Amino acid sequence: MADTTAGQMLTTADGRPLKQALARAQRRARLRAIGLVAPLLVFIVVTFIVPIGQMLHRSFHNEGFTVHTDIGSGTRTPIMTELAAWFDENPRGAEPDEAAFAALRNDIVHLGELRAAGSAGTRINYGYAGSRSMFTRAARRADNMEPPYREAFLDLDDKWTEPELWSVMRNATSSYTVDFYLAAVDLERNVEGEVVAVNENRQVYVKLFIRTLFLSVLITFLTFVLAYPIAHLLATLPLRYSNLLMIFVLLPFWTSLLVRTTSWMVLLQSQGVVNDALVGIGVLADENRLQMMYNRVGTVVAMTHILLPFMVLPLYSVMRPINPSYVRAARSLGATSWTAFRRIYFPQTVPGIGAGALLVFILSVGYYITPALVGGADGQLISNLIAFHMQRSLNWSLAAALAAILLAGVLILYWLYDRLVGIDNLKLG
Amino acid sequence: MKMKSVLMASVFAGVAGAAIAEGEVVVMSWGGAYEKSQVEAYNKPFAAETGITVNMVAADNPATPLKAQVEAGNVTVDVADVEFSDAVRLCDEGLLEPIDHSILPPGDDGTPAAEDFLDGALQDCAVANIVWSTAVAYNTANVDGTPTTMADFFDTEAFPGKRGLRKSAKATLEMALMGDGVPAGEVYDMLGTQEGIDRAFAKLDTIKGDIVWWEAGAQPAQLLADGEVAMSTAYNGRIFNAQVAEGQPFEIMWDGQILDYDLFVIPKGAKNLDNALKYIAYSTDTKRLADQASWISYGPARKSSAAYVGLYSDGVTEMGPHMPTSPEALQNALVNDFEFWVDMDAELNERFNAWLAQ
Amino acid sequence: MALPNHASTLERVWHYVYLVLSGMIFVFLIAPILVVIPLSFNVEPYFTFTEKMLRFDPEGYSTRWYQTLLTFGMQAPDAARDAAWWGDAWRNANWINAAKNSIIVGFFATILAAVLGTVAALGLSRPEMPGRRAIMAILISPMIVPIIIVATGLFFFYSSIQISNWGVPYLGLILAHATLGIPFVIITVTATLVGFDHSLTRAAANLGADPVTIFRRVQMPLILPGVISGALFAFVTSFDEVVVVLFVGGLDEQTIPRQMWNGIREQISPAILAVATILVVISILLLTTVELLRRRSERLRGITPG
Repeated sequence: MADTTAGQMLTTADGRPLKQALARAQRRARLRAIGLVAPLLVFIVVTFIVPIGQMLHRSFHNEGFTVHTDIGSGTRTPIMTELAAWFDENPRGAEPDEAAFAALRNDIVHLGELRAAGSAGTRINYGYAGSRSMFTRAARRADNMEPPYREAFLDLDDKWTEPELWSVMRNATSSYTVDFYLAAVDLERNVEGEVVAVNENRQVYVKLFIRTLFLSVLITFLTFVLAYPIAHLLATLPLRYSNLLMIFVLLPFWTSLLVRTTSWMVLLQSQGVVNDALVGIGVLADENRLQMMYNRVGTVVAMTHILLPFMVLPLYSVMRPINPSYVRAARSLGATSWTAFRRIYFPQTVPGIGAGALLVFILSVGYYITPALVGGADGQLISNLIAFHMQRSLNWSLAAALAAILLAGVLILYWLYDRLVGIDNLKLG
Repeated sequence: MKMKSVLMASVFAGVAGAAIAEGEVVVMSWGGAYEKSQVEAYNKPFAAETGITVNMVAADNPATPLKAQVEAGNVTVDVADVEFSDAVRLCDEGLLEPIDHSILPPGDDGTPAAEDFLDGALQDCAVANIVWSTAVAYNTANVDGTPTTMADFFDTEAFPGKRGLRKSAKATLEMALMGDGVPAGEVYDMLGTQEGIDRAFAKLDTIKGDIVWWEAGAQPAQLLADGEVAMSTAYNGRIFNAQVAEGQPFEIMWDGQILDYDLFVIPKGAKNLDNALKYIAYSTDTKRLADQASWISYGPARKSSAAYVGLYSDGVTEMGPHMPTSPEALQNALVNDFEFWVDMDAELNERFNAWLAQ
Repeated sequence: MALPNHASTLERVWHYVYLVLSGMIFVFLIAPILVVIPLSFNVEPYFTFTEKMLRFDPEGYSTRWYQTLLTFGMQAPDAARDAAWWGDAWRNANWINAAKNSIIVGFFATILAAVLGTVAALGLSRPEMPGRRAIMAILISPMIVPIIIVATGLFFFYSSIQISNWGVPYLGLILAHATLGIPFVIITVTATLVGFDHSLTRAAANLGADPVTIFRRVQMPLILPGVISGALFAFVTSFDEVVVVLFVGGLDEQTIPRQMWNGIREQISPAILAVATILVVISILLLTTVELLRRRSERLRGITPG
């Protein structure tokens, strides 16, 4: 109960000014709300944000040529120190002299002791092909090398004086580097330190990014074309029937992704159900079976099927509340059914289209399992190449750089989604 | 709540119970029929004799998870079965434990281990167990006529149908050159040059649209059985298994086969180092290597085992003719040059991936 | 959707075409899922319908693949089916172990996600929560970030903190799956709270209840359907998740999807289809549960389906 004393400010029953009491109550409410959210926030930060941040850190930080970490004990030893010193004293492009080779030789002896020649060489190999073996071979012989060292190295391999090799080594002596981001977009640094395009027959990442974007747009478009009619049907039928038909949409949604992909493998194989059926009814000859798997067709078909519910559900939730009397009014004013649809109904569904399309697009850009199983070499998406670098070529810095670019793209789209639709408007049936 | 604590308790009890056992060793291999042969020939007798539990794990190519584990500092595997060039490369990089060859028993006929093993089978960090090969296999039900040379593999007019190839540069590029007419003896020299590499990719380009790429050892047999491909490269032992154990109408064309060793290695930081060494010493002795040859058509890496190689486990089939080391098979065979691949693996695979994506 | 009386012939034709097309799309949606069911009973080890199956000849069908699921990985699969055999199956059969792992990880991940998510949703739905939009965006991000990035990040993170040496089995997987399931819980619970009538809480407070009692006896029963729905989504997400398990899962933490992933590449048999069928049946059951819950919550709130 507020007490008003003429001419003075309002106070609460216990005598405190109302404003203060209100502020205090609000602050407490806010703290309570934050307190409820805090545990989860901390959890997500620790188990999600930090790991991803750590991985992104690898994309611009690679110590392969600067520090050796012993596998068993974890001790860190700086390597290639004399060479780094020589690089500091000499400008880029300087011809490596005897002092340079002497420094190189001492450092490689050191590498041999630490058994780090392979990993140091691997770091250089990312920029100069074949250098890994040059380093390991040199490490085996470095102890026996006599001055003049330049000749000794040339005896081992005439590539040791290549300016490109020295340029790559110079770049690698800094732990922090942009090289992997450059590689992720098919660029590299040449001898003078300028950024140039990579050799044509090694250009693959930009192509894959474009292919991923293109296929994702295609899949988004296909899901839209397929989802619109059935969402409309579901929205206009009485609830009793639409709930039943909704099962057709929800069951795929709830079924395991691997199960759905396996089903498509069964259907699309050369000797699979669809081809057998087409041959059976005589549409196709036995030798001309459609090649629908291990290529882009397989990826597109399977992913369209898997992502279709994600387009149907937002569309349905937007279409359901649309009042049918608008269209009827338009018809009564003389519009044909096409015009009524085009100018009255369709514009009202645009928010749902936007929501569904963005959602499907974001999901399909990051897909991994389906392209891996049915895509063959042709239908691979960028996620598959990230996985390749993670698990097989073990170039983790490059994998992290590719992942960072992918993540940046997805986050931009996510931000767009938030602006246009609003995260809190995400409905899941 | 109660159910949760009961569950937790049972989970913990299970884990604790496992730790009290005699000890264990975790072995990583290639899965499928090959892994089965190792389970039957090595793991079961080893566990029976020593009481040490052997946990078998499968991977498409154990070298890659092994390297990932060691570099991440999270080693869960004690023994891995890897290809020759991988073994040498990983050893160079300090990712493997060195193996003292004195732990290996002499052959049954008394020959010391160092002489009993085939050339190159004993390395600083690795001990070979089998000789295997990548060869072309085809499904006789889907192929008219008999392909006889590697050129036939690349000839989709005479032998229509798709081709299966391993999704890696190794073995694929050599076969491309051999299919283009390069004699086996000159393949690696040619691959060392830029023209040679370009030539190999050009040959692959001629059938690129017809290639189905496989990664797991069991896939080629599946692709052949499904009729997805007419011919495919494969690990010869897996095809043998499909032929004999499952009765599939496959045949192997030995021309252009590429021989290689598989070796046991121990990753650095393995938790059960002693058990791992015991396992390796046990499973690479004369009898054991001969035993595994009765389960799958891979040659033993010891000379003294050859005397014991006889029948398949069904008691009927002769293993001799199915071995990659049989006289007919060796006529136009190529031995994998591990040094070449140690050096060039990264670079050629990069080029290969770029080519794949085009 | 009834055809109005004033529809022209063209419109009628279009209407039926539209219905046919929609029907075909529904078939497209459901056929792949249903087609694996009969194929899993195929007596031949092929992925196609054999002659016998098309004629509904009983000899073309068998349950052998379900038997394989039970026996794969056992020490003595051909022994008599007594208690020892079942004990062997329970301990050693690969698929049964995978199922055990999937359920354990799914259960704990779901509990974690449901608890943390519900509490956070309660906080987020309060009007005085600052930075609501930004925090919602962060909490929902696991659903949006490509799974490959999550998996690779977690691989490095868990290796660096040596999580497998902490002594808690499945910890890495449980935490990862909880993270992936939380967005679903938040979305469903906030959706439920949107329609929540706050005058009920105020009335309870008015009658003398403290906040905990209010939560327990007024809020919880009403938001329970939302919580359970979200928990089910989280469970399904964890049960179905394969990429993170591929990267992060230890050797004894193989879940059903992980086993399927191996099987899709290695097994020349429809055993995979048998697993798929079982999973489809489970999905149907879960779907029914969610549907029933939804109807119950609508009933509770006094809304009836039309």
